[in-house]
Amino acid sequence: MPLALGTAAIVLVALLCELTRPRLTDAWGRLRLPRPARARELSEIGYDPGRERRAEQRARALLRSCIDDGDWEMYRDLGFLRVWGGIGPRAGAKTPEHAADQEGDRSGEEPTAGAPGRAPTGAGSDAGARAAGARYAYLIYPHRPIVAFLPETGALLNEYCVAFPDHSRPYGSSRLPDSDDVLAKWMALTADERGLIANANMHLPGRQIEPERVRRDLLRLARWERERPGHQADNVRAA
Amino acid sequence: MKLLRLKPGHGEILLAEGDVKVAEQEQELIEAFRRELDAGMWAAVPIETQGGRREAELVRSFAEVPRDAERVIFFPRAAGGAPRMAR
Repeated sequence: MPLALGTAAIVLVALLCELTRPRLTDAWGRLRLPRPARARELSEIGYDPGRERRAEQRARALLRSCIDDGDWEMYRDLGFLRVWGGIGPRAGAKTPEHAADQEGDRSGEEPTAGAPGRAPTGAGSDAGARAAGARYAYLIYPHRPIVAFLPETGALLNEYCVAFPDHSRPYGSSRLPDSDDVLAKWMALTADERGLIANANMHLPGRQIEPERVRRDLLRLARWERERPGHQADNVRAA
Repeated sequence: MKLLRLKPGHGEILLAEGDVKVAEQEQELIEAFRRELDAGMWAAVPIETQGGRREAELVRSFAEVPRDAERVIFFPRAAGGAPRMAR
């Protein structure tokens, strides 16, 4: 009897050791890491939804303070931002007709030529862009490609995949909060449209965002603009 | 003038703040500005055009920052391509 109990105890201990060994090995490995590396690893593991939510709230406040009120309301209500294209008329290097040509040629040469710089090549928002005769525009989504489209016809031109990865990964992620991503795109687009487009990977519509979804968003945008007091809903007629 | 940086998991952080008319504070701002540019950040200044439109201006040195700018926002350099999202 004692022999049987002793054997059972030994087997039990061996089994327990086998079960706990991976965890113990893991914990020992972490303990042996240098302190900064350990902190980094812990932060990678420790996704904190509260922290992310606070970050997003800060980002929204900053975005709101930077863009026009109407644009902010658009983003708040619809979840994306429309920015008018500014390369054609303002830079003089490419006419709006060129952008319109892209509708027929969906291989779509991007409005890129030129290096990043401070030339007044920026895209813009409503009044000025309309006055300048902007015939194409972009939709900026958080952490999604920028979509170029023709407001007159609703035709989708291209997707421009662009990201702003922070390689220092302060909290284990290189992704900015959603609204900071939108702000970064907006700043880069209004300040240096050519540069941003040149940096982006261009694809045909539908690569990452369903064209149907974009068309729905254009419809929502048209409806939203119609419902705004005093707004002329001439921008998204096709939608 | 405030120097802000967009940061994952945090939103913007204040890097430096000072009055550009005070030499010592301006120097601190310049140093912080250079540090961010050396770290590969882009710098943008939100501005308002004469027509009242808001837009941004990319700056590559502290000398390019308008003297009356309230904020300079640093953000990671744009890179082509974004992670493929689930449809």
